[in-house]
Amino acid sequence: MSDSVNDDWIPRFNPHFRLQWEPAQDAYVLLYPEGMIKLNFSGGEILCRCDGEKSVGQVIAELRQKFPETENIEADIKEFFATAFQRRWLTHE
Amino acid sequence: MNDTIPAEIKPPFWLLAELTYRCPLQCPYCSNPIEFASIKNELTTDDWLRVMREAREMGAVQLGFSGGEPLVREDLTELVAEARRLGFYSNLITSGVGMNADKIAALKTAGLDHIQISFQASSAALNNYFAGSDKAFSQKLAMAQEVKKQGYPMVLNFVLHRGNVDQVDQILELSAQLQADYVELANTQYYGWAFHNREQLLPSREQLQKAEVLVNQYREKLGDSMKIIFVVPDYYETRPKRCMNGWGDIFLTVTPDGTALPCHSARQLPIEFPNVRDWSIADLWRASPGFNAFRGDTWMREPCRSCPEKSRDLGGCRCQAFMLTGDAANADPVCDKSPQHHLITESLAKAQGEVAEQPLIFRNWQNSQRHSHT
Repeated sequence: MSDSVNDDWIPRFNPHFRLQWEPAQDAYVLLYPEGMIKLNFSGGEILCRCDGEKSVGQVIAELRQKFPETENIEADIKEFFATAFQRRWLTHE
Repeated sequence: MNDTIPAEIKPPFWLLAELTYRCPLQCPYCSNPIEFASIKNELTTDDWLRVMREAREMGAVQLGFSGGEPLVREDLTELVAEARRLGFYSNLITSGVGMNADKIAALKTAGLDHIQISFQASSAALNNYFAGSDKAFSQKLAMAQEVKKQGYPMVLNFVLHRGNVDQVDQILELSAQLQADYVELANTQYYGWAFHNREQLLPSREQLQKAEVLVNQYREKLGDSMKIIFVVPDYYETRPKRCMNGWGDIFLTVTPDGTALPCHSARQLPIEFPNVRDWSIADLWRASPGFNAFRGDTWMREPCRSCPEKSRDLGGCRCQAFMLTGDAANADPVCDKSPQHHLITESLAKAQGEVAEQPLIFRNWQNSQRHSHT
């Protein structure tokens, strides 16, 4: 599934979701009508970089620099992106 | 410290702000209390601003503006703006009556995140009959289109009952046409006005089964573009619902006069609930006797106390136990282990054949005054 995510894509938030840092949850959350998805640490790190300007490749590069010890980081990030597109949290051109 | 209060009480996740009991519609299944006409003294703007701030400080994230019809409050836009400033995700739960394009735009500018519009049926005649208003349907259609045009996520809510459940396919067609993002097909829950009209509203098993088949067909046909939420009516279950995810667990309702409740129908219970005029939100949530009345499971009796499923359904709904058995600490009679389960099956038996026609009791001031003490 992650093979289908292209480095050049520029992920944008679906305006029907809102990403927000929640101090009470100590996590990033995605808010939508009457509900909330609490993101794990890596999901939060990825989504908070999706500003409508950075490409998938740029997000990967930033995170590789921030977490140099993490193995297979590119595959993990792409897998997360694939899920995020499929669940319509993000769109891309 | 009172040792009956669980050591770790999570903060509320949901704040339901019932801003007013005033409403232009008269739906006979309204969840507002029968005696709403005698409940006066609405909270002021400043009261609501404080309630929102304190709930948000505790960690509440979702905020519903409801009623009655929340649009009749002239300070709605101001409250929405504060909700956004505080970081709430705000939901407007409205009939659409009293709305116009300018108001929708002003609410958007103030930061409103989502609008849920209720419909009573998929045709003008039936919708307007159940709403008790001649103009409701055309207004709702126009407002649903405007809400989408202005870029909001839109939920359409249809309360299902004996009189409209056979039109589930038309309801879903209409919703798809209006480009709803979510459709809630909420089978009537028998509290408040719906309990008074139960015989007229309870569908037959056959009606429900047909509706469920149609819902599944539409889910397949429409895929992810429109999410369909079908709330199963608990009367047709043999295990009770995990009501509000547990008493005082995630849900906080504040009613128009400031009474704070663990669910929107709890007001009828013989329990003294705290008022936000006398309590801070943190104190009433953690320490008020009302919010601790049914926390945890030490209050349970048999058959719940020794039941292996008690942590799954928490004994069901306290209000339903009270309304049907006279004691809120009994098992919810929806459960077939309840010695009073026959109260449910008897009422279901009546719903399977022809139901003798009786006039519905519509939700309005006159009926509220007339039926308050019956």
